[in-house]
Amino acid sequence: MGATSPTLMTGSADTPLLKSNHLLGIEGLSVEEIVGLLDLAERYVALNRAAEKKGALLRGRTLINLFFEASTRTQSSFELAGKRLGADVLNMSVRTSSVTKGETLIDTATTLNAMRPDMLVVRHQDSGAAELLSRKVDCCVINAGDGSHEHPTQALLDALTIRRRGRKFEGLVVAICGDVAHSRVARSNIHLLSKMGARVRLIAPRTLLPADAERLGVEIFTDLRAGLAGVDIVMMLRLQLERMAGAFVPSTREYFRFYGLDREKLRHAKPGALVMHPGPMNRGVEIDSAVADDVEVSLIQEQVEMGIAIRMAVLDALSRTLPREGRNT
Amino acid sequence: MNANTRSNRIAFRNARLIDPAAKMDVRGGLLVEGGKIRDFGPRLFNDAEPGDPEVIDCKGLVLAPGLIDCRVFTGEPGSEHRETLESASAAAAAGGVTTIVTMPNTDPVIDEPSLVDFIRRRAAATARVNVVPMAALTRHLAGETMTEIGLLKEAGAVAFTDGDRTIANARVMRRALAYAHTFDALVVGHAEDPELSAGAAMNEGEFAMRLGIPAAPTAAETIVVERDIRLMELTGARYHFGQISCRASLDAIADAKARGLPITCGVSAHHLTLNELDVGSYYTFRKVKPPLRSEADRAAMVEGVASGAIDVIVSSHDPQAADTKRQTFASAAFGAVGLETLLPAALTLYHNGRASLPHLLETLTAAPARVLGLDAGRFAKGASADLVLFDPDEPFIADAEGLHSRARNTPFEGRTFQGRARMTFVAGECVFDRAAGNS
Repeated sequence: MGATSPTLMTGSADTPLLKSNHLLGIEGLSVEEIVGLLDLAERYVALNRAAEKKGALLRGRTLINLFFEASTRTQSSFELAGKRLGADVLNMSVRTSSVTKGETLIDTATTLNAMRPDMLVVRHQDSGAAELLSRKVDCCVINAGDGSHEHPTQALLDALTIRRRGRKFEGLVVAICGDVAHSRVARSNIHLLSKMGARVRLIAPRTLLPADAERLGVEIFTDLRAGLAGVDIVMMLRLQLERMAGAFVPSTREYFRFYGLDREKLRHAKPGALVMHPGPMNRGVEIDSAVADDVEVSLIQEQVEMGIAIRMAVLDALSRTLPREGRNT
Repeated sequence: MNANTRSNRIAFRNARLIDPAAKMDVRGGLLVEGGKIRDFGPRLFNDAEPGDPEVIDCKGLVLAPGLIDCRVFTGEPGSEHRETLESASAAAAAGGVTTIVTMPNTDPVIDEPSLVDFIRRRAAATARVNVVPMAALTRHLAGETMTEIGLLKEAGAVAFTDGDRTIANARVMRRALAYAHTFDALVVGHAEDPELSAGAAMNEGEFAMRLGIPAAPTAAETIVVERDIRLMELTGARYHFGQISCRASLDAIADAKARGLPITCGVSAHHLTLNELDVGSYYTFRKVKPPLRSEADRAAMVEGVASGAIDVIVSSHDPQAADTKRQTFASAAFGAVGLETLLPAALTLYHNGRASLPHLLETLTAAPARVLGLDAGRFAKGASADLVLFDPDEPFIADAEGLHSRARNTPFEGRTFQGRARMTFVAGECVFDRAAGNS
């Protein structure tokens, strides 16, 4: 345990933070749970900035990163979070292995379960994959993104980033722009921000808005400039390459012209508005480099840093649900 | 009540006789002789106890024509691990279904007269209920060239369909309809625009959006319904929609009926009893084709059955092996077994006061017989004694383990129903007796 963290693991380490022993989505979390995770993460930000970053909270615990879909940044973020808490971390890329050999997802879960991990971090291209696995294993399951459903740690790290900039959620106006229809980041953020009292707007062409999006309690705009009026935070979403070129939008240049965030369009937002992006960015498609690289408005690098702190907080909170004595069965 | 013996004469006493075709609902008796209905009516056995025959005291339970299920997928030939004709027929018998109409979606596809013959022979050798095959409308179900409708019909195909596939090409569909009309062959369509529903796993709407599941709108169905109605008008063919699932489709069909077109339609028992919310937390046993719809559309289907706008209720029995269901919702196979829950699920409409028992039974007996031109589904002297005896009020909890089907993918696990078959007879022979266990 590092010298800078005498208060970090003491006292609070046994206090339950989460009702569930899995983190599958934001939709099932209460405001208290969200605030609890953000508070805990604040302390890990401090630890991560210290010279000695290694803790011992998860010593002896095993964390498996199970990624059915490649994601360098989320996987490394979880890997670092686990290692900094002292866990043994195993990265498994299942994208091309057993699943193509006809093994069902439940078989994969059963096999992994037999390896006795304590934490399973799952990224899968299909919605509901993390939940399905959580029903079949004994360990904690953390959803690191499932299809178009949820990506809870992304929404939590976004919230931490916003809060650390001194912004209050109550009454905050947040615009989520781009491919909302296919975005798990958007869904998790809509749930989290709405729970915290922020007002959420979605800005996108109709092809990238989910049917019945209004039912999520958000405002819908199809014009970026109009939608940005009065906005405090602008969250840009990544447009997947396969969705350009005629399928959902006619071309990247048309998309950038109407929905790409540049300095001119950003001027329609509230003065002092901040820009976020979950990454990886498509420069010149959804966001102009001049905006992305402007440290005065862009929170993008900070989001990455907060990502590790949030994931440490999540692992910490979930580890409190693990049995201390091990399992006999 | 052991009637397992191959008795030549069976007398049913104290039954509530319901013959929907004749709008009959009376207390009475029925006499079976040589596999056929010899006599029936309120006064039968009044004057004298039946003499030598085996006597079954029905104790006031309903005795009705055996059910006819016009939409049954099996795995024979090609996927016998999912379901054989024998296991499907065991499931049918346990569900009070005495005739199953099989879909041609097998491997190989039933698109050759010899394969129709194969189904009929296999059924005769192994099945305990009547099996009536439908044949493919296009070769290999590819939606490109039509099958030998004339020869297939001669071989015994009762109708022509690509099962759960929609023929995307309107020109192919038009020609198939026109050609089928030449032979007065019934075409059975599936309405799901393949492009609009590409990749979709459930009904489009708020719930699918929250779950993040790729979804298709009801318009994917109604577009095909409306297109095929136009093509019927062009060709004059008889047309039956195997199953519909939304109000807009029902309205289009009701309108076509009102204009005098020879059109009929069905709805599955699960679309009458479940809605999209029942997908719950990615419950793959409730991933079906077409998808479970909104509550408003489910209610419209119930209303359609009650008003008679929907002709038949089907099980859309589609057995799937565990490995194809033990997946994420998007990757899992479509389909739910339904033969054994067809009657109980349909009876929910009766218990909810939405349809009388005779009316409900008509959609399961006389109506499918009329749509398909089968000589079955009613009480008539000399008709084959295909019968179901059931208690419409008996409560029970649906249990996948107790199913007779080879597959276990019931969408109703744990659900409480009222009413199920006690005994089932095909040609006067008892093929299922719940009191005797697995018959």
